[in-house]
Amino acid sequence: MTQTTQTNDPTTTIPVAPSRIPAGLEARRISAWFGDHQVLEDVDLVMAPGAVTALIGPSGCGKSTFLRILNRMHELVPGASLAGEVLLEGQDIYDPALRPIESRRRIGMVFQKANPFPTMSIYDNVLAGLSLTGKKPRRPNAETDGLVEQSLRSAGLWEEVKTRLASPGASLSGGQQQRLCIARALAVNPDVLLMDEPCSALDPTSTRRVEETIRQIAGEVTVVIVTHNMQQAHRVSDHCAFFLAAEGRPGHIVEQGPTEDIFERPQDQRTNDYVNGRFG
Amino acid sequence: MSTVDPALLVGAERARRTLVVRPTRQDVTFVAAVRGAAISTLVVMALIGIFLFIGAWPALEQQGFGFLTTTDWLPESGTFGIASLLWGTVLVGLFALVVAVPIGFGAALFISEYAPAAIKKPLVTLVDLMAAVPAIIYALWAFIFLQEQLLGVAQWIAVHFGGILPFLSVKTPDSPSSYTSSAFIAGIATGVVVVPTVCSIMREVFAQAPQGEREGAIALGATRWGMIRTVVIPFGRSGIVGGIMLGLGRALGETIVVYSIIAPDFTLTTHPLQSGTNTIAAHIASRYSESNGIGLAGLLGAGLVLFFFTLIINTLAGVVVRRSRSGAATEI
Repeated sequence: MTQTTQTNDPTTTIPVAPSRIPAGLEARRISAWFGDHQVLEDVDLVMAPGAVTALIGPSGCGKSTFLRILNRMHELVPGASLAGEVLLEGQDIYDPALRPIESRRRIGMVFQKANPFPTMSIYDNVLAGLSLTGKKPRRPNAETDGLVEQSLRSAGLWEEVKTRLASPGASLSGGQQQRLCIARALAVNPDVLLMDEPCSALDPTSTRRVEETIRQIAGEVTVVIVTHNMQQAHRVSDHCAFFLAAEGRPGHIVEQGPTEDIFERPQDQRTNDYVNGRFG
Repeated sequence: MSTVDPALLVGAERARRTLVVRPTRQDVTFVAAVRGAAISTLVVMALIGIFLFIGAWPALEQQGFGFLTTTDWLPESGTFGIASLLWGTVLVGLFALVVAVPIGFGAALFISEYAPAAIKKPLVTLVDLMAAVPAIIYALWAFIFLQEQLLGVAQWIAVHFGGILPFLSVKTPDSPSSYTSSAFIAGIATGVVVVPTVCSIMREVFAQAPQGEREGAIALGATRWGMIRTVVIPFGRSGIVGGIMLGLGRALGETIVVYSIIAPDFTLTTHPLQSGTNTIAAHIASRYSESNGIGLAGLLGAGLVLFFFTLIINTLAGVVVRRSRSGAATEI
């Protein structure tokens, strides 16, 4: 494996691929059930191309379920079902003609708990998406080296791991592992990146690094992030949706709009209470 | 003489307190009881080994190292050994694995990864039930039904491949009776008995593959098989090896199924499809009631060898299975 070490200066601009406009996502009248228990009701949400959309709300309001519906992970839970459609560039990802793996390849996901493949090398972890979709060349070459570096740079991890790309993924700290997972998701060049509370298990420094990463990739990728951290939602997102499940009603969106509006001028009293930490 | 106040000491000089947890009488009684139970299993194990060794000693003393290298079993004339038995045992064990490993592995993978929730539990129960069926039932089935069915298979293999691979040939390939009672048939029948052992070990390890890594692979666009290849199998590798070894341990000791099939033969079988072979367990079962004196000592010696053989294999299997996660790789 050759490593293209360029410079130690972390401010070096990233040799990114030519910019492109990623596809956006649109959820239409999404309802979801686990068995007979309804957890989401008629959720409509447009996730604009290249923007960061934050999903906020108290625990159990269906944010994570909604997120998992966006790349067909919801259906992996036994007994789970849903209604409505999710449009990626105008096409419903639940269209029977479309295989789930096709959608998942364009809509990546980062989980609450970092889940790198523990004994696979850092290098191979980044390329795991290519291997899994049969696109990885048999031997590492200049192209894969470049992709690994670019993905790790985008995820803000390159400088920390460039000298030990052959070490196992499990040898990294929790925050580094999470950024490795982000790099792994970015390496397949997805249109959308879903993040399910990506910082909930991280210390403040790692959290800051991940937030920087999110801001860095915004524009190149459409980001949807679930977070319990109001400051984080405020800092990283362009658009915000407040979910609530209360008074016997399944999870639904109480209010959504530009992040500034949601935090500074919420229309609904419950939104105002929640973003100001008065409940939830 | 002045003593130093212990509180003023620092570092290594500082006196450590001895912490005492005083157990209640109930604790003491209970621990003694369970410790006794645990020790008694070890004692029984050791007593069996000692019993076998003492009983076998006259034979081992008389035959010396020849006990392991002699193929004949003629205690009356003073030459007997377990070479052919040991070889037959290994041969039958290997044929058993040829059946048990692919079926056990496939079934474990299906139950753990593909089976719909509704049939998963029944399948697990069914496989466990398979393990609970007494060996004599398998023996009857193998002797009356399975052997008949396998004759054609054995003949086909011998006729088509016997020319290229001499060990697959038989003396009179046209006669079905050349193929009865062979190591091949005994091995296949034993393999059926061993399937549930192999399957349960593998299934349990597969089921423990971390959900996070599974979802990680799926979210990257992996197919189900891609996810299994990347996460489940590398994670379960030690379970696969352990399952195979436990299956082998079980197959080596299988008695009644082999006994019902084979025609005893005291040569080093080089043609496993050919009628006639023998294993340690089947040999002991067939000769035990009619042996005495040095012959009986010889059987105990054979038992001793089997005892250690299976003990070693099962111990290794246990070690491998226990290591499950620690070193399991995720690979593509």
